Amino acid sequence: MTAVTIIITVLGVTASLALYRVIFGPTSWDRLIAVNLISSKVIMIMVAAAVFFERRIYLDVALVYAIIGFVSIIAISKFLEGEGTNKK
Amino acid sequence: MIAYLFIFLGLVFMFFGTLGIIRFPDIYTRLQTSSKCDTAGAIALLVGLILKQGLDSFSLRILIILVFLLLTNPVASHAIARSAAIRGIKPWRKKKNVKGG
Repeated sequence: MTAVTIIITVLGVTASLALYRVIFGPTSWDRLIAVNLISSKVIMIMVAAAVFFERRIYLDVALVYAIIGFVSIIAISKFLEGEGTNKK
Repeated sequence: MIAYLFIFLGLVFMFFGTLGIIRFPDIYTRLQTSSKCDTAGAIALLVGLILKQGLDSFSLRILIILVFLLLTNPVASHAIARSAAIRGIKPWRKKKNVKGG
């Protein structure tokens, strides 16, 4: 049981627990919060794998994933603000 | 050794943040624990990984990811809270007990 196994297992299990809020969330914003949390945890998993396995390219993948996650969260929250719904 | 201490602290922050996501009753309280989990857990875990790696170009790149996360996560949390507040989501209040109190 090495250190990288423990780190990736804990982060993966907590991301799976946050998936509960994505499925059963009462409103759309709960799902958005949980998706943001899962995205952050996946970035942590990639950086830990890059350090422990000494693969330099995983850091670039983590940075691009962070940028795409930020842009999508901003876009979806502006969408839920009321432009995309049937507001009379 | 101190690097593993930081990594353990980050994992503890991540676990309790996820527990708050599942257990708390409202959007805003869930957003508060999620923000703690993103910033405090990310700082602790990435600083631990930097200390384990040593000081070279590899750890400089981890530092760039850390600065980017610290810039963007509060902005994303504020955007979610603002859109929920504009659409009229009321904050959660404790229900009053029938026998007074």
